[in-house]
Amino acid sequence: MFSFPQIALVLLALSVAGYYAGQRRSLRVASQAGGLQSLHSLPGYYGCYAALWTAVPALLLLLAWLLCRDTLLTRAVILLLPPEARGLPAPQLNLLMNDVRNLAQGNMVSGAVTPALQAAADHYQRFGRLAQQVLLLAVVALALGGAVLARSRISPALRARNRVEAAARTVMIGFASIAILTTVGIVLSVVYESWLFFRQVPAGEFFLGTVWSPQTALRADQVAAAGSFGAIPLFTGTLMVSAIALLVAVPIGLMSAIYLSEYASRRTRAVAKPLLEMLAGIPTVVYGFFAALTMAPLLRSLGESMGLTVASESALAAGLVMGVMIIPFVSSLSDDVINAVPQDLRNGSYALGATRSETVTRVVLRAALPGIVGGVLLAVSRAIGETMIVVMAAGLSANLTANPLDSVTTVTVQIVTLLTGDQEFDSAKTLAAFALGLTLFVFTLGLNLIALHTVRKYREHYE
Amino acid sequence: MNRRQPPASTAGQPPRTIDRINAGLARRYARERRFRRLGRLAVFTGIGFVSILFIDIFLKGHTAFRQTVIRLDIAYDPAVIDPAGSGDPAQLLRADYFGLVKQALRERFPEATDRRVLRELYRLVSQGAALTLRDQVARDPAIIGTRQSVWLLAGDDIDMLIKGHIDRFTPASSRRVSDRTLAWVDSLAAAGSIDRRFNLNFFLAGDSRQPEMAGIAGALKGSFYTLALTLLLSFPIGVGAALYLEEFAPRNRWTDLIEVNINNLAAVPSIIFGLLGLAVFINFFGVPRSTPLVGALVLTLMTLPTIIIASRSALRSVPPSIRDGALGVGASPLQTQLHHVLPLALPGMLTGTIIGMAQALGETAPLLMIGMIAFIADPPSGITDPATVLPVQIYLWADSPERAFVERTSAAIMVLLGFLVAMNLLAVMLRRKFERRW
Repeated sequence: MFSFPQIALVLLALSVAGYYAGQRRSLRVASQAGGLQSLHSLPGYYGCYAALWTAVPALLLLLAWLLCRDTLLTRAVILLLPPEARGLPAPQLNLLMNDVRNLAQGNMVSGAVTPALQAAADHYQRFGRLAQQVLLLAVVALALGGAVLARSRISPALRARNRVEAAARTVMIGFASIAILTTVGIVLSVVYESWLFFRQVPAGEFFLGTVWSPQTALRADQVAAAGSFGAIPLFTGTLMVSAIALLVAVPIGLMSAIYLSEYASRRTRAVAKPLLEMLAGIPTVVYGFFAALTMAPLLRSLGESMGLTVASESALAAGLVMGVMIIPFVSSLSDDVINAVPQDLRNGSYALGATRSETVTRVVLRAALPGIVGGVLLAVSRAIGETMIVVMAAGLSANLTANPLDSVTTVTVQIVTLLTGDQEFDSAKTLAAFALGLTLFVFTLGLNLIALHTVRKYREHYE
Repeated sequence: MNRRQPPASTAGQPPRTIDRINAGLARRYARERRFRRLGRLAVFTGIGFVSILFIDIFLKGHTAFRQTVIRLDIAYDPAVIDPAGSGDPAQLLRADYFGLVKQALRERFPEATDRRVLRELYRLVSQGAALTLRDQVARDPAIIGTRQSVWLLAGDDIDMLIKGHIDRFTPASSRRVSDRTLAWVDSLAAAGSIDRRFNLNFFLAGDSRQPEMAGIAGALKGSFYTLALTLLLSFPIGVGAALYLEEFAPRNRWTDLIEVNINNLAAVPSIIFGLLGLAVFINFFGVPRSTPLVGALVLTLMTLPTIIIASRSALRSVPPSIRDGALGVGASPLQTQLHHVLPLALPGMLTGTIIGMAQALGETAPLLMIGMIAFIADPPSGITDPATVLPVQIYLWADSPERAFVERTSAAIMVLLGFLVAMNLLAVMLRRKFERRW
């Protein structure tokens, strides 16, 4: 049995050999044609040309096999199953094949191991081994074939450099397109699962319902009970936590950006700015730990001493800590835009006799406003999408409340809770997570687009 | 500052402008000072939060690096370890070593006879003590039949008590350890049989349900595999994409679309990437769940925008004259980039990559989605083994009810922050060393 890393290693060795063969070949044809200067490209490019021909077709085959191996093997094994098993409806057949695969890989099996199952697993293993051997042969044959073809093509007139560069360019274009593929992947996966969800639960209920208890829908005798997937409490909870966070982050972030860019000496700035930006580098799970184990008990005992009941997982604790996390986003973005305001504007204001604070509030901030708004919008999007802090410090109960001392839940918390258990993948419960994800994605995407647009427009204005 | 008192205006004359200005000056200066103080306050608040966070974590976690041990006289009773006297290694591995511990505890405190009391007594020592004894016997079977004084891991409550996390002066009803246990611990301490040792186990052991035995080795290894693979994937892809977009791409709709996409992806909530990984990589392509492989794929997609943006700005900072020079002596565009521009831009690209890797190291939410949240005791031995990573381990421990996990969590956070600080320092040093002004 040959594993994929081994096959890949063989391929690598063949490509290196192909490189040297191509290079030597080019030197030979050059000496026949009247010296090195008769070659179109440097000998190394002929080597690369040969190596590419060796590696690329074989690599494509390898990838294609990796992608469809399981499907092909399963099909083949199903053909060999006893007829009564082959006649099973698709879901049961899938379960059976899962068992077969698990048995073949030496994992746990859900039921008893029957001889038929064992036989199927043996088939699976044997086919897998056989296929792997065929694959190795095919890969080697393809690589050698490519190398021979490339070698026969090498002549002084072959524009090897252009070919190699074209290949490199194609690869780079592919890399750059991954960004688009990612977005497409996000949209497709989220939209598809959400579509499945909205076939079970009407969109109106989801977006306008006020009761969120996804658990009830799991029971067989209750067909997605009306109102159990109403996401309004989640939206209000998310907005409340985000609002608290922004109430902390915007004043502190903005004021420290103003102080650091307009008042502070260079030395202070050089020390304070990195210290503030450290807040952005701390992993969110650390903030979550801090919120759950330090901030929440602190607020609770504070509230008790004032005669208030504070939930042990209050929106306030999560929001406050999230605000701290967002401070550096607001401050460094505001810092950038404040610094981009031309000095002439300030000088003009000073010349009219304004004090520094008057200059800042009446001139600089007004000129920088679009940029600051863009930065705040980015911070909002960050707060809405933040997960770990709320997962650890906000609650799970979907309360529709306006009291920040109460426990609320958020969209991200519910996504995590719905997807980290062991459920079937196509139950309404897990699909609801994707519907929430779609809402979250669309909302943050809108915010980001507006924010980026305002920031960019503003920058062009002064540059 | 020359602040003049406004002269008393003479009756009948209209007030001069300068007088009105002077009248308002004191107020305006006061506002100026207030504004300035507010700014300083904001900066101090921010820095204060950083310090509070670090101090809080340190205070909670520093005790985890030392672990309480208890000395007991263990009789290596052949009747318990190897009743048949066969010396068979398999039997030696199977034997009931905790029985030896129980026996030693009964000998040490003969007054405990009641079953409930005994159960409490056995909790003085960690279940992990059995492993210590087993390893000892496996290393040297000659020890069987002798009597040795051995330092054994204390149970988590005892550990917390010794470290002062359980206050012995709270009323017994709301205390996790009873008065009886307190008396035993005091007696052991008086005999010098309680000590605190450096907690090497924390760095060498995998996860465990017993807080005193849990370590971060598995999470560290998982993080290492995941991060290494992420680096391997995202650095070449990021640099390639940046090179194309900055140096080769024509300005057209497609490249504009890519640009907008990259900027947007940088701001998409990380949990969405987790959904993508779950739906596309696991459910569609069949990449095994919970593995560093699928984790690395998701983290690659997440860090790519960071790396691409940093690499592009590094490329932009290389002056055009370098390119013109290379093109002028006959290099092809690709040769110009690879031989001249890329080496000069590389430090900047590396800095961006390190910062991206630091983000990836601290990332938790998307990894929860793709199943790296499972309880895994054995460290992974490859990229297709189920694994967990350091931040997820922190999340799991933070969720555990035992008091002793709090200090473990904080200690794991200290390790994580240590790595992050080291990576960021490396980035800063790289920038300092190679930064060039043209």
